[in-house]
Amino acid sequence: MFPRPIEKSSRAWQLGYQAILPLVMLLWLAPLLAVALFSIRPDSDFIIGNYWGWPSSFEMIKNYGMVFGSAMPRYIMNSFMITIPTVIGAVALSCMTGFALGVYRFRGNLLIFFMFIAGNFVPFQILMVPVRDLTLDLGLYNTKTGLVLFHIAFQTGFCTLFMRNFIKALPYELIEAARVEGIAEWRIFWYVVLPLMKPAIAALSVLIFTFIWNDYFWAIVLTQGENTQPVTAGITSFNAQYRAMYHLMSAGSIIAALPPVLMFFLMQKHFIAGLTLGAVK
Amino acid sequence: MTTKSAWNITLAKQGWYKRNEIALTPWLFLIPGIVMFTMYVVFPIFQSFQISLFKWDGLGKLGTHGEYVGLANYEKLLTRDRSFNISLWNNLKWLIFYLVSIPAGLLIALFLNQAVRGIRLYKSLFFFPFVISQIVVGLVFTWFYDPQYGLFNGIIGFVGFEPINVLGDPGLATYGVIAAGVWPQTAFCMILYLTGLNSVDTEQVEAARLDGAKGMKMLWYVILPQLRPATFIAFVVTVIGSLRSFDLIAIMTNGGPFGSSRVLGFYMFEKSLSEYGFKMGYGAAIAVILFLIMMIFIGYFLWRTYQDEKAANQ
Repeated sequence: MFPRPIEKSSRAWQLGYQAILPLVMLLWLAPLLAVALFSIRPDSDFIIGNYWGWPSSFEMIKNYGMVFGSAMPRYIMNSFMITIPTVIGAVALSCMTGFALGVYRFRGNLLIFFMFIAGNFVPFQILMVPVRDLTLDLGLYNTKTGLVLFHIAFQTGFCTLFMRNFIKALPYELIEAARVEGIAEWRIFWYVVLPLMKPAIAALSVLIFTFIWNDYFWAIVLTQGENTQPVTAGITSFNAQYRAMYHLMSAGSIIAALPPVLMFFLMQKHFIAGLTLGAVK
Repeated sequence: MTTKSAWNITLAKQGWYKRNEIALTPWLFLIPGIVMFTMYVVFPIFQSFQISLFKWDGLGKLGTHGEYVGLANYEKLLTRDRSFNISLWNNLKWLIFYLVSIPAGLLIALFLNQAVRGIRLYKSLFFFPFVISQIVVGLVFTWFYDPQYGLFNGIIGFVGFEPINVLGDPGLATYGVIAAGVWPQTAFCMILYLTGLNSVDTEQVEAARLDGAKGMKMLWYVILPQLRPATFIAFVVTVIGSLRSFDLIAIMTNGGPFGSSRVLGFYMFEKSLSEYGFKMGYGAAIAVILFLIMMIFIGYFLWRTYQDEKAANQ
């Protein structure tokens, strides 16, 4: 293990390390903690200039109640209605593409794989004008469906990279054994490969959930207004409405950030497994 | 003889699909993914190249309402557009300073790679900034820098400095935004390195320790070579992320003050879709240039992947 385990050093070092850990963490999260503190202050604190002292009263319920009384719940609902179908769609498509590229040898295999990888890295701006036009032509501009379709298509790039590498690492003998038994290829996918892909599916779902929930660019390019926009775009209108009311804007931001954070803490193992695939050989 | 002809009969009975099953199946599985990806990603890239040769306000069809101008958009961008120059320089600043996330992430990973009580919770909390959307990170840092009640000025005031309006100063705004971006990116690199450190070969480390290696020497000659896959991913993702920067700028400065914190991605958006008018052709030209810059790194990634594939198949 590197660095040398702290248990092997002197008692003083160990205590020092234990003491410094929470301090460094507080420093690291300071900007966020400041916002959390803002979100439970009364507005009078901002008028009298009490930004960093002890809050003159705790208004957590009132501030967060105001957020829930605004358009924020709508935006959050929209975010869910955009994020969940995207996760399902992108994972389903990439299970199939990953299977095709990971199991079969055929001409153009690597080329198609590279197309997915390269596409997943391109800057959004080069897609912006044509995708907006396409969505307009399909009559899907300013609909959740339009946004979902684009997200599914784009995320398929990253998901294919992920799934293909995962499937490639599975023991190929399993598939050969199934073929000898005369099992149809689609059945091999459904009964042999898919059950083995559960960890990959879990990891990808959590990752894509976070990516899509946090998307802002496509939300403002393809949607407008509180009927369709997700919370990342909604928070800017919320802030425009409550300009300079920092306690409310802070509470709003915390609410907007919460779902992916919960997702991360609940599914931490899968999340990190997904993120670090390929980082270890 | 009989078995062979029986075999032939079953083959004929099986039908065309059954005989070609292995060759056909991958394509059947690929079709939905390829169709969607081509429609929404591959095609639009070529369309953007085409649009960049036109003067077009985005109304009507490109063919009928657009005016073909050849390379005029590029000529104007590269020779007469000061904002383009500023954006390009800012992209370079992003690229360089964003890379700080890699050593910073390694440093934190080394700090946290211990087995004391509660360390798992600490690791999660350090990773926290990466999970939050860039929009919220942007808001949080905007308030952090606020000249009146931001924590940043609280701290530097405590040390005895005059308050600085970071995001209101044309010379500092970009650096302020980059710092906000480095925060979650460092968290990402940290998690890559923590996973990498987890799988470092213990025997090699112990052997090196017996030989008297420790500290920086150990890190440089024994640990870092083993962390190379993590460093590679961190590098690619960080570079791509830096060139993709948009959200933070839109939230924190909206490109200002006086356009000083624009990057290509933001400038393109402004030209194409904002109140400054719908200059789709001009915007597309900016996007094409950004795309070509990014292709250098995408190409590098593909080349590395290709080498790995070749090695794996031998």
